[in-house]
Amino acid sequence: MSAGPAVPILWYLALAAALFAIGTIGALTRRNGISIFLSIELMLNAANLALIAYSRQLDQRTGQILVFFVLAVAAAEAAVGLALFIAVYRQRRTIDINRINLMRH
Amino acid sequence: MEMAVFAVFALLAVGSSLVVIAHRSPIYSTLSLVVTLFSVAVLFVLLGAPFIATLQLLIYAGAILVLFLFVIMLLNVGRDEGIPGGHRLQLATAILGALVFTGMLGLLLRSALGGGPPAPLTEQAVSLSRLAQELFAEYLLPFEIVGLLLLVAVIGATVIARRATEEELAAAPSGPLADPTARGGGPEAPEPVGAGAGAPRPGYAAWSSEADRAAGGARPASVPGGRA
Repeated sequence: MSAGPAVPILWYLALAAALFAIGTIGALTRRNGISIFLSIELMLNAANLALIAYSRQLDQRTGQILVFFVLAVAAAEAAVGLALFIAVYRQRRTIDINRINLMRH
Repeated sequence: MEMAVFAVFALLAVGSSLVVIAHRSPIYSTLSLVVTLFSVAVLFVLLGAPFIATLQLLIYAGAILVLFLFVIMLLNVGRDEGIPGGHRLQLATAILGALVFTGMLGLLLRSALGGGPPAPLTEQAVSLSRLAQELFAEYLLPFEIVGLLLLVAVIGATVIARRATEEELAAAPSGPLADPTARGGGPEAPEPVGAGAGAPRPGYAAWSSEADRAAGGARPASVPGGRA
């Protein structure tokens, strides 16, 4: 596999930082609840990439195991979050986060 | 070779993640997130974690994003107009994102990964049985806790998203869940079904839209007092 110059780990980490920053921007600029959710998934994935990169650099498998747990927690989070969106939509007929402000009043 | 694969899939990941946050339609956002996840999975293989890459494809792309697509189509989510405030606010968030990126990059450069380039991958380093041994020996308790978490999440999602049964609809206006003000009174202080029909009740229970319809349809379908 390594028939060329190996990629420095720093590049993977920089890519993870870029993906995380893109996810941050998305979570702040979207108005639709599901799009915000997608941006958060993107940030989680950037963190996973950084974990795997460090795991490679340090030659340990702890990072991979942590990513395994992150995947499981992300699955649970997606299930509960989407169920919440369905419940909110059933009641308010929208998932626009600017109009779901019943906690503010 | 490795460098070329990295370059192609890193560019693909960044490009498709930009599509995720820029596209107006949530369906296209979800589909391009699949591309991002696939590219990151290829990078996982390059980093010697083929098992995690497989999991990423199976769980993330195969299950979670399909769930997203289901919900988007079920709710018929419209196009996202972006936050109000126009270009100035968007510029501000873009600057914030750039700050996040440069901050993390600066920390990375300062932290100076010790030990030079990583050791070349051996068969032992990517072996699945080593990973499994570590997972099921050292991390057995967290593994079990994650299993419990998934069980609780499944039950919670079912409870949140289901529709109420007939008995609950009949009981909802006086039940402790449907009306938080009746909490102190307990269930033995029944109210008439039409109580509180004039004032907008706090939307507390998932079934209260049906309950409202049963209570005379006092609540409009659109948002009362919602700010545009």
